[in-house]
Amino acid sequence: MVLSANDKTNVKGVFGKIGGHAEEYGAETLERMFAAYPQTKTYFPHFDLAKGSAQVKGHGKKVAAALVEAANNIDDIAGALSKLSDLHAQKLRVDPVNFKLLGQCFLVVVASHNPSLLTPEVHASLDKFLCAVGTVLTAKYR
Amino acid sequence: MVHWSAEEKQLIASVWGKVNVEECGAEALARLLIVYPWTQRFFDNFGNLSSPTAIIGNPKVRAHGKKVLTSFGEAIKNLDNLKVTYSKLSELHCDKLHVDPENFRLLGDILIIVLAAHFTKDFTPASQATWQKLVGVVAHALAHKYH
Repeated sequence: MVLSANDKTNVKGVFGKIGGHAEEYGAETLERMFAAYPQTKTYFPHFDLAKGSAQVKGHGKKVAAALVEAANNIDDIAGALSKLSDLHAQKLRVDPVNFKLLGQCFLVVVASHNPSLLTPEVHASLDKFLCAVGTVLTAKYR
Repeated sequence: MVHWSAEEKQLIASVWGKVNVEECGAEALARLLIVYPWTQRFFDNFGNLSSPTAIIGNPKVRAHGKKVLTSFGEAIKNLDNLKVTYSKLSELHCDKLHVDPENFRLLGDILIIVLAAHFTKDFTPASQATWQKLVGVVAHALAHKYH
């Protein structure tokens, strides 16, 4: 799956609009993911997952930063996320299926905060981008 | 059998009560065909699906989207009896329409994004969680008679 020039423009546009809210979106994405897909909580036994948790906020900030980094380096996501890819392969080993779940929740957050931003075309591009990020993060698993 | 708490039933009803089935159905189906273009394989006779604009404006897409979401409304009315309610529809999707059940999951996820855009902050994490459960259960019921 390849990101077209349009896809890249659309994705950069989304992150441009999200701007400083990225961290907040990251936290809300995790909150939604833990609520909708409780099995994802198994990766965070060491976290306080109650609403408003500082750990979830902190982690959401990290997740958002990675997505922003990928969007800013959209011509070479694999390069930009190489260290993160190593981390997921060697240490975190999050089952690949979970990246789709995170992606779904991120899309829901973007949609619920910016309905007019997520046109069908932008939705398609963002979904592709999130898939590409998931693919990069699991690329070195085996 | 799936258990639905009173809170879940309330979250489903309060969202569904405000949904315009025709608009929402049309949008969900259009987005499915746009975001996951391979799903167009089931709609060779729908005419022009060559661009997002064509898909959104296509009257057959609108009509079919309305049909699909109307049927979803039936599921909501029969939450405690879903496999039976969808028995014939499941057979139809397997034997006549030959639709991979993965497509039901894709459409369910798209529907949730459409609801999120429509209800914005009112589509809380709890609402989303309930609706993700609902679309999962509906997809499962539709796949139940596959063989």
